[in-house]
Amino acid sequence: MKARVLIRPKQGILDPQGKAVERALPALGFEGVSHVRVGRLVELEADSPDDLGALCEKLLANPLIEDYEIQVEENQEPRDARRRSGARRGQ
Amino acid sequence: MMFGVIQFPGSCDDRDALAGADRAGDARMLWHEDTDLSGIDAVVVPGGFSYGDYLRAGAIARFSPVMGAVAEFAADGGPVLGICNGFQVLCEAGLLPGALLPNAGLRFVCRQVEVEVERTDTAFTGGCDQGARLSIPVKHMSGRYFAPDEMLGALEANGQVVFRYADGHNPNGSARGIAGVCSEGRNVVGLMPHPEHAVDPMTGSDDGVSLFASVAATPEPAAARG
Repeated sequence: MKARVLIRPKQGILDPQGKAVERALPALGFEGVSHVRVGRLVELEADSPDDLGALCEKLLANPLIEDYEIQVEENQEPRDARRRSGARRGQ
Repeated sequence: MMFGVIQFPGSCDDRDALAGADRAGDARMLWHEDTDLSGIDAVVVPGGFSYGDYLRAGAIARFSPVMGAVAEFAADGGPVLGICNGFQVLCEAGLLPGALLPNAGLRFVCRQVEVEVERTDTAFTGGCDQGARLSIPVKHMSGRYFAPDEMLGALEANGQVVFRYADGHNPNGSARGIAGVCSEGRNVVGLMPHPEHAVDPMTGSDDGVSLFASVAATPEPAAARG
Protein backbone atom coordinates (compact mmCIF):
# COMPACT_ATOMS: atom_id res chain seq x y z
CA MET A 1 0.00 0.00 0.00
CA LYS A 2 1.02 3.58 -0.59
CA ALA A 3 0.80 6.23 2.06
CA ARG A 4 1.71 9.84 2.61
CA VAL A 5 2.84 11.39 5.85
CA LEU A 6 2.32 15.12 6.31
CA ILE A 7 4.61 16.65 8.91
CA ARG A 8 4.25 20.22 10.10
CA PRO A 9 5.55 22.41 12.91
CA LYS A 10 3.31 22.25 15.96
CA GLN A 11 0.88 25.12 16.40
CA GLY A 12 2.40 27.88 18.49
CA ILE A 13 5.96 27.16 17.36
CA LEU A 14 7.45 29.95 15.29
CA ASP A 15 7.89 28.76 11.70
CA PRO A 16 10.34 31.21 10.10
CA GLN A 17 10.05 29.50 6.70
CA GLY A 18 6.29 30.04 6.71
CA LYS A 19 6.78 33.67 7.77
CA ALA A 20 9.30 34.26 4.97
CA VAL A 21 6.90 32.82 2.38
CA GLU A 22 4.03 34.86 3.81
CA ARG A 23 6.04 38.07 3.63
CA ALA A 24 7.05 37.38 0.03
CA LEU A 25 3.51 36.95 -1.27
CA PRO A 26 2.32 40.60 -1.25
CA ALA A 27 5.40 41.58 -3.25
CA LEU A 28 4.17 39.23 -5.98
CA GLY A 29 0.66 40.66 -5.87
CA PHE A 30 -0.94 37.88 -3.80
CA GLU A 31 -2.96 39.60 -1.08
CA GLY A 32 -5.03 38.10 1.70
CA VAL A 33 -2.86 35.04 2.41
CA SER A 34 -1.92 34.43 6.03
CA HIS A 35 -0.94 31.72 8.52
CA VAL A 36 1.48 30.07 6.10
CA ARG A 37 3.20 27.04 7.63
CA VAL A 38 5.85 25.03 5.82
CA GLY A 39 6.16 21.33 6.58
CA ARG A 40 7.19 18.29 4.59
CA LEU A 41 5.59 15.40 2.79
CA VAL A 42 6.94 11.85 2.94
CA GLU A 43 5.60 9.36 0.39
CA LEU A 44 6.18 5.71 1.09
CA GLU A 45 5.06 2.19 0.28
CA ALA A 46 4.51 -0.26 3.14
CA ASP A 47 3.37 -3.87 3.40
CA SER A 48 0.96 -2.91 6.16
CA PRO A 49 -0.29 0.32 7.71
CA ASP A 50 0.14 -1.06 11.24
CA ASP A 51 3.58 0.32 11.95
CA LEU A 52 3.17 3.72 10.35
CA GLY A 53 2.30 5.47 13.61
CA ALA A 54 5.36 4.10 15.41
CA LEU A 55 7.51 4.90 12.40
CA CYS A 56 6.35 8.53 12.53
CA GLU A 57 6.90 8.80 16.29
CA LYS A 58 10.40 7.34 16.12
CA LEU A 59 11.83 8.81 12.96
CA LEU A 60 9.73 10.78 10.48
CA ALA A 61 8.53 13.36 13.02
CA ASN A 62 9.91 14.71 16.28
CA PRO A 63 6.72 14.72 18.40
CA LEU A 64 8.12 17.47 20.63
CA ILE A 65 8.08 20.00 17.78
CA GLU A 66 6.05 18.46 14.94
CA ASP A 67 2.56 17.10 14.29
CA TYR A 68 2.06 14.42 11.68
CA GLU A 69 -0.86 13.06 9.72
CA ILE A 70 -0.90 9.71 7.92
CA GLN A 71 -2.93 9.43 4.73
CA VAL A 72 -3.30 5.93 3.30
CA GLU A 73 -4.07 5.94 -0.39
CA GLU A 74 -7.51 4.39 -0.83
CA ASN A 75 -7.55 3.88 -4.56
CA GLN A 76 -4.26 2.15 -5.39
CA GLU A 77 -4.85 1.29 -9.07
CA PRO A 78 -4.68 2.38 -11.75
CA ARG A 79 -2.06 5.09 -11.52
CA ASP A 80 -4.26 7.77 -13.14
CA ALA A 81 -7.07 7.11 -10.70
CA ARG A 82 -4.64 7.35 -7.81
CA ARG A 83 -3.51 10.73 -8.95
CA ARG A 84 -7.08 12.01 -9.15
CA SER A 85 -7.89 10.66 -5.71
CA GLY A 86 -4.86 12.43 -4.28
CA ALA A 87 -5.89 15.69 -5.88
CA ARG A 88 -9.39 15.49 -4.41
CA ARG A 89 -8.10 14.96 -0.90
CA GLY A 90 -5.88 17.96 -1.22
CA GLN A 91 -8.78 20.35 -1.77
CA MET B 1 41.76 10.86 30.36
CA MET B 2 41.02 9.47 26.92
CA PHE B 3 38.47 11.38 24.87
CA GLY B 4 36.67 9.62 22.04
CA VAL B 5 35.42 11.88 19.23
CA ILE B 6 32.74 10.34 17.03
CA GLN B 7 33.01 10.70 13.27
CA PHE B 8 29.73 10.39 11.41
CA PRO B 9 29.52 10.64 7.64
CA GLY B 10 29.10 14.42 7.31
CA SER B 11 30.84 15.43 10.53
CA CYS B 12 33.10 18.40 9.89
CA ASP B 13 34.23 19.61 13.31
CA ASP B 14 35.61 16.26 14.41
CA ARG B 15 39.25 17.23 13.89
CA ASP B 16 38.88 20.50 15.79
CA ALA B 17 37.13 18.57 18.59
CA LEU B 18 40.05 16.14 18.63
CA ALA B 19 42.51 19.04 18.82
CA GLY B 20 40.48 20.71 21.58
CA ALA B 21 40.26 17.52 23.62
CA ASP B 22 43.95 16.93 23.04
CA ARG B 23 44.72 20.12 24.98
CA ALA B 24 43.19 18.57 28.09
CA GLY B 25 44.05 14.91 27.67
CA ASP B 26 44.51 12.21 25.08
CA ALA B 27 42.03 11.88 22.27
CA ARG B 28 41.21 9.48 19.48
CA MET B 29 38.58 9.17 16.80
CA LEU B 30 35.64 6.80 16.97
CA TRP B 31 33.85 5.74 13.79
CA HIS B 32 30.05 5.79 13.65
CA GLU B 33 30.04 2.00 13.19
CA ASP B 34 32.07 1.39 16.36
CA THR B 35 30.19 -0.21 19.21
CA ASP B 36 33.07 -0.69 21.64
CA LEU B 37 33.88 2.28 23.86
CA SER B 38 36.31 0.44 26.12
CA GLY B 39 39.20 2.66 27.14
CA ILE B 40 37.19 5.84 26.47
CA ASP B 41 36.65 8.13 29.47
CA ALA B 42 34.66 10.88 27.78
CA VAL B 43 32.76 10.99 24.48
CA VAL B 44 32.51 14.05 22.24
CA VAL B 45 29.75 14.16 19.61
CA PRO B 46 31.07 16.85 17.27
CA GLY B 47 29.50 19.39 14.96
CA GLY B 48 28.83 19.12 11.28
CA PHE B 49 26.07 17.73 9.13
CA SER B 50 25.82 14.07 10.08
CA TYR B 51 24.04 12.12 7.34
CA GLY B 52 23.52 15.39 5.50
CA ASP B 53 20.98 16.60 8.08
CA TYR B 54 18.45 14.51 6.13
CA LEU B 55 14.92 14.61 7.54
CA ARG B 56 15.97 16.72 10.57
CA ALA B 57 19.38 17.55 11.96
CA GLY B 58 20.50 14.56 14.04
CA ALA B 59 17.48 12.41 13.19
CA ILE B 60 19.41 9.74 11.28
CA ALA B 61 22.65 9.87 13.29
CA ARG B 62 20.85 8.85 16.47
CA PHE B 63 20.28 5.40 14.91
CA SER B 64 23.91 4.80 13.96
CA PRO B 65 25.56 1.83 15.68
CA VAL B 66 27.82 3.92 17.92
CA MET B 67 24.89 5.76 19.49
CA GLY B 68 23.64 2.61 21.21
CA ALA B 69 27.02 2.34 22.90
CA VAL B 70 26.96 6.06 23.74
CA ALA B 71 23.52 5.68 25.37
CA GLU B 72 24.87 2.83 27.55
CA PHE B 73 28.00 4.85 28.33
CA ALA B 74 25.82 7.81 29.39
CA ALA B 75 23.51 5.58 31.43
CA ASP B 76 26.57 4.35 33.35
CA GLY B 77 27.41 7.97 34.20
CA GLY B 78 30.04 8.44 31.47
CA PRO B 79 30.59 12.06 30.42
CA VAL B 80 29.26 12.93 26.95
CA LEU B 81 29.59 16.35 25.29
CA GLY B 82 27.47 17.24 22.25
CA ILE B 83 28.54 20.28 20.26
CA CYS B 84 26.22 21.90 17.68
CA ASN B 85 25.16 18.99 15.46
CA GLY B 86 26.25 16.73 18.33
CA PHE B 87 23.80 18.61 20.59
CA GLN B 88 21.08 18.03 17.98
CA VAL B 89 21.97 14.31 17.84
CA LEU B 90 21.82 13.95 21.64
CA CYS B 91 18.42 15.70 21.75
CA GLU B 92 17.07 13.47 18.99
CA ALA B 93 18.42 10.43 20.85
CA GLY B 94 16.60 11.49 24.01
CA LEU B 95 19.85 11.80 25.98
CA LEU B 96 19.16 15.52 26.41
CA PRO B 97 15.82 17.32 26.75
CA GLY B 98 14.38 19.62 24.09
CA ALA B 99 14.96 20.16 20.39
CA LEU B 100 16.79 22.55 18.05
CA LEU B 101 14.65 24.42 15.51
CA PRO B 102 15.64 26.50 12.47
CA ASN B 103 17.04 29.89 13.53
CA ALA B 104 14.30 32.48 14.06
CA GLY B 105 16.00 34.73 11.50
CA LEU B 106 16.18 31.84 9.00
CA ARG B 107 19.81 32.73 8.29
CA PHE B 108 22.91 30.70 8.91
CA VAL B 109 24.68 32.51 11.75
CA CYS B 110 28.45 32.44 12.12
CA ARG B 111 29.91 34.75 14.74
CA GLN B 112 31.58 35.01 18.10
CA VAL B 113 29.10 35.16 21.00
CA GLU B 114 29.33 35.57 24.75
CA VAL B 115 27.96 32.64 26.72
CA GLU B 116 27.42 32.62 30.48
CA VAL B 117 28.14 29.53 32.54
CA GLU B 118 25.12 29.04 34.75
CA ARG B 119 25.97 25.68 36.31
CA THR B 120 29.37 24.43 37.40
CA ASP B 121 28.09 21.10 38.74
CA THR B 122 28.19 19.28 35.39
CA ALA B 123 30.82 16.98 33.94
CA PHE B 124 32.07 19.70 31.57
CA THR B 125 31.85 22.90 33.62
CA GLY B 126 33.40 21.91 36.96
CA GLY B 127 36.49 24.00 36.18
CA CYS B 128 34.54 27.10 35.16
CA ASP B 129 33.60 29.95 37.47
CA GLN B 130 29.92 30.41 38.18
CA GLY B 131 28.65 33.20 35.92
CA ALA B 132 31.84 33.21 33.84
CA ARG B 133 31.48 34.68 30.37
CA LEU B 134 33.01 32.56 27.63
CA SER B 135 33.72 33.98 24.18
CA ILE B 136 32.92 31.14 21.79
CA PRO B 137 31.79 31.08 18.15
CA VAL B 138 28.44 29.80 16.90
CA LYS B 139 27.87 28.60 13.35
CA HIS B 140 24.56 26.95 12.61
CA MET B 141 21.27 27.06 10.74
CA SER B 142 19.12 25.17 13.25
CA GLY B 143 20.19 26.26 16.71
CA ARG B 144 17.01 27.68 18.23
CA TYR B 145 16.62 25.77 21.47
CA PHE B 146 13.02 24.81 22.11
CA ALA B 147 11.12 22.95 24.78
CA PRO B 148 7.51 23.38 25.91
CA ASP B 149 7.09 25.98 28.68
CA GLU B 150 6.48 23.44 31.42
CA MET B 151 9.62 21.54 30.41
CA LEU B 152 11.65 24.77 30.42
CA GLY B 153 10.39 25.48 33.94
CA ALA B 154 11.41 22.00 35.06
CA LEU B 155 14.86 22.34 33.47
CA GLU B 156 15.46 25.62 35.28
CA ALA B 157 14.17 24.20 38.56
CA ASN B 158 16.48 21.18 38.20
CA GLY B 159 19.46 23.33 37.30
CA GLN B 160 19.77 21.72 33.87
CA VAL B 161 20.31 24.99 31.99
CA VAL B 162 24.10 25.04 31.83
CA PHE B 163 24.82 27.87 29.37
CA ARG B 164 22.85 30.97 28.38
CA TYR B 165 23.68 33.54 25.74
CA ALA B 166 24.64 36.80 27.40
CA ASP B 167 22.15 39.66 27.00
CA GLY B 168 22.08 40.74 23.38
CA HIS B 169 23.97 37.68 22.16
CA ASN B 170 21.13 35.22 21.48
CA PRO B 171 21.85 34.52 17.79
CA ASN B 172 18.91 32.30 16.92
CA GLY B 173 15.84 33.02 19.06
CA SER B 174 16.53 30.24 21.57
CA ALA B 175 13.91 29.94 24.32
CA ARG B 176 14.99 31.88 27.42
CA GLY B 177 18.39 32.44 25.84
CA ILE B 178 19.39 28.83 26.44
CA ALA B 179 22.67 27.90 24.74
CA GLY B 180 23.27 24.54 26.43
CA VAL B 181 21.64 22.04 28.77
CA CYS B 182 22.57 18.89 30.66
CA SER B 183 20.94 15.60 31.54
CA GLU B 184 19.41 14.95 34.96
CA GLY B 185 22.56 13.02 35.84
CA ARG B 186 24.65 16.10 34.82
CA ASN B 187 27.07 13.88 32.87
CA VAL B 188 25.61 14.57 29.40
CA VAL B 189 26.01 18.19 28.25
CA GLY B 190 25.07 19.75 24.92
CA LEU B 191 25.52 23.26 23.55
CA MET B 192 25.25 25.03 20.20
CA PRO B 193 28.39 27.22 20.51
CA HIS B 194 31.70 25.57 19.55
CA PRO B 195 34.21 25.35 22.40
CA GLU B 196 36.54 23.35 20.10
CA HIS B 197 36.85 26.43 17.85
CA ALA B 198 38.00 28.54 20.80
CA VAL B 199 41.09 26.72 22.04
CA ASP B 200 43.87 29.06 20.91
CA PRO B 201 44.33 32.80 21.53
CA MET B 202 45.54 33.02 17.93
CA THR B 203 41.93 32.60 16.78
CA GLY B 204 40.59 35.15 19.23
CA SER B 205 39.77 33.10 22.31
CA ASP B 206 40.80 29.99 24.19
CA ASP B 207 37.78 30.04 26.52
CA GLY B 208 36.58 26.75 25.06
CA VAL B 209 39.44 24.77 26.59
CA SER B 210 37.76 25.00 30.00
CA LEU B 211 35.06 22.51 28.99
CA PHE B 212 37.56 19.83 28.01
CA ALA B 213 39.79 20.65 30.99
CA SER B 214 36.84 20.40 33.40
CA VAL B 215 36.11 16.78 32.55
CA ALA B 216 39.81 15.91 32.44
CA ALA B 217 40.30 17.38 35.93
CA THR B 218 37.59 15.17 37.43
CA PRO B 219 38.45 11.86 35.82
CA GLU B 220 36.13 8.99 36.21
CA PRO B 221 38.10 6.18 34.64
CA ALA B 222 36.16 3.78 32.47
CA ALA B 223 37.26 0.94 34.74
CA ALA B 224 35.66 2.56 37.79
CA ARG B 225 32.32 2.73 36.04
CA GLY B 226 32.48 -1.01 35.53
